[in-house]
Amino acid sequence: MLALFRRDFLLGLRAGGGALTGLVFYLAVVAVMPFAVGPDLNLLARIGPAVLWIGALLAALLGLDRLFQADREDGSLDLLLIEADRHMAALTVFTKCAAHWCASVLPLVLAAPLLGLFLNMEPAGIFGTTAALAAGTPAIVFVGAAGAAVAVALPRGGVLVSVLILPLAIPVLIFGVSASYAAVADPDPFLPPFLILCGITLFLAVVGPVAAALALRGGTD
Amino acid sequence: MSETGVPARNLALLGNPTRFLALAGTLVPLLAGATVIVGVVGLFLAFTAPEDYQQGITVRIMYIHVPFAWLSMFCYTLMAVSALGTLVWRHPLADVALKAAAPIGAVFTALALVTGSVWGKPMWGTWWVWDARLTSVFVLFLMYLGLIALTRAFDDPSRSARAAAVMTLVGFINIPIIKFSVEWWNTLHQPASVLRMGGPTIDPSMLWPLLVMAAAMTLLFLTLHVAAMRTEVLRRRVSVLQRMAARQAEHAAGRAAR
Amino acid sequence: MSAHAAYVTAAYALSAAGIAALIGWVWLDYRGRKRDLAMLVAAGIRRRSERARDGTA
Repeated sequence: MLALFRRDFLLGLRAGGGALTGLVFYLAVVAVMPFAVGPDLNLLARIGPAVLWIGALLAALLGLDRLFQADREDGSLDLLLIEADRHMAALTVFTKCAAHWCASVLPLVLAAPLLGLFLNMEPAGIFGTTAALAAGTPAIVFVGAAGAAVAVALPRGGVLVSVLILPLAIPVLIFGVSASYAAVADPDPFLPPFLILCGITLFLAVVGPVAAALALRGGTD
Repeated sequence: MSETGVPARNLALLGNPTRFLALAGTLVPLLAGATVIVGVVGLFLAFTAPEDYQQGITVRIMYIHVPFAWLSMFCYTLMAVSALGTLVWRHPLADVALKAAAPIGAVFTALALVTGSVWGKPMWGTWWVWDARLTSVFVLFLMYLGLIALTRAFDDPSRSARAAAVMTLVGFINIPIIKFSVEWWNTLHQPASVLRMGGPTIDPSMLWPLLVMAAAMTLLFLTLHVAAMRTEVLRRRVSVLQRMAARQAEHAAGRAAR
Repeated sequence: MSAHAAYVTAAYALSAAGIAALIGWVWLDYRGRKRDLAMLVAAGIRRRSERARDGTA
């Protein structure tokens, strides 16, 4: 498992892996936003968390369709599934998700504070948004793994994965953004939405890999 | 897809679907007749029912809106059960049922949204509010569209069967979470100012037409579903025969070359 | 009240249109597949089970 994690992590970081492209995409989306809504700093500060979340969501979806596709093309996916017996397949998927998150999504989370400064957000808001992103983005990757596994055999599955995943990502977005806002607005408590967000992540950490393993087994026989 | 897998799968498909085609042949006219009878009775009751003292004549929209909304959930539940049938029992008709139900469910959900919107305009003064219930149904509609795209993305039905089943189940598991989160989000963003449908309790004089209309809509759904399943079975048979025809032509060409 | 009646009519009309379109789609799809099947059978393509039954396999 550790070897698989390291292999996937390094592959993701390599130029073809798309981690850097995702980060640049995130920067571009957030940078375009002020042009759409105007350079009013107060307005930007108010919608800042939402902008950061939307950007991170889209950037995280961007590379998801490649999660299993590259492995399928060079045949290593079959090897991974043969290696793993019935109970281990979900664990294999989980490891791949973790590696994908570390390589492609963690940079987005780390870039969020910098982008928060661009959007004139308060330090507390920046901290809250970053924490919520760190807690919530794994959920997107896990549920995205199910979508990627379902569409693995399709040559142009990227858009389809996004279409399938976005409705399922709504709860993550709702609690992520409300946790981010609660960090700034005083009367709203930060912890309840944040803990629910963590709960959703844990729940999807089980459901996503199991579903992905089911779908992948179907794709090979 | 390996070459040996195709005939084995076809044989498994034959036994049940052939019997299903015969059953559907008798079932579709029966269901269609029942739909027409119950639908006419339901419409008659709906238009002779007393008007609501508060909502006036617009309450008549309820008699179609509520059954649509109910069926949008019934259809997704049916699809989730079919998905289990595909994954657990590997029943060949389960996938046919799932694929045939998705477009029908999407249309019913869309009609629930449209009739709700038309009802909302005179009652709330706006076509759309981001009310928890409306938003959840809208998300359900998006999920239907995604599943339709997924079931039609693959050339090979046996491949798409598993994919669609897995995605349907993942969506089904997530529906309570989506519902809960949308309600949380709604109470956070707007106080419950909108007039909720139904009011305190529903009067029997309105309940009966509603129930009859719901029965009629369910019958309509079942009619369409069985008919669409029959079409789907035929479609698969056609594609199998086309593949066989291509193979025979190839054989003939090879023999001619020799 | 007449304005409200228009809304009711619109709701019922839209639903009828939607259901009619759905029925039309299901019906046309069925007719089309039925025709495809008939054409293939006419061309002499049979399923294995039918060929076995005819004894022409």
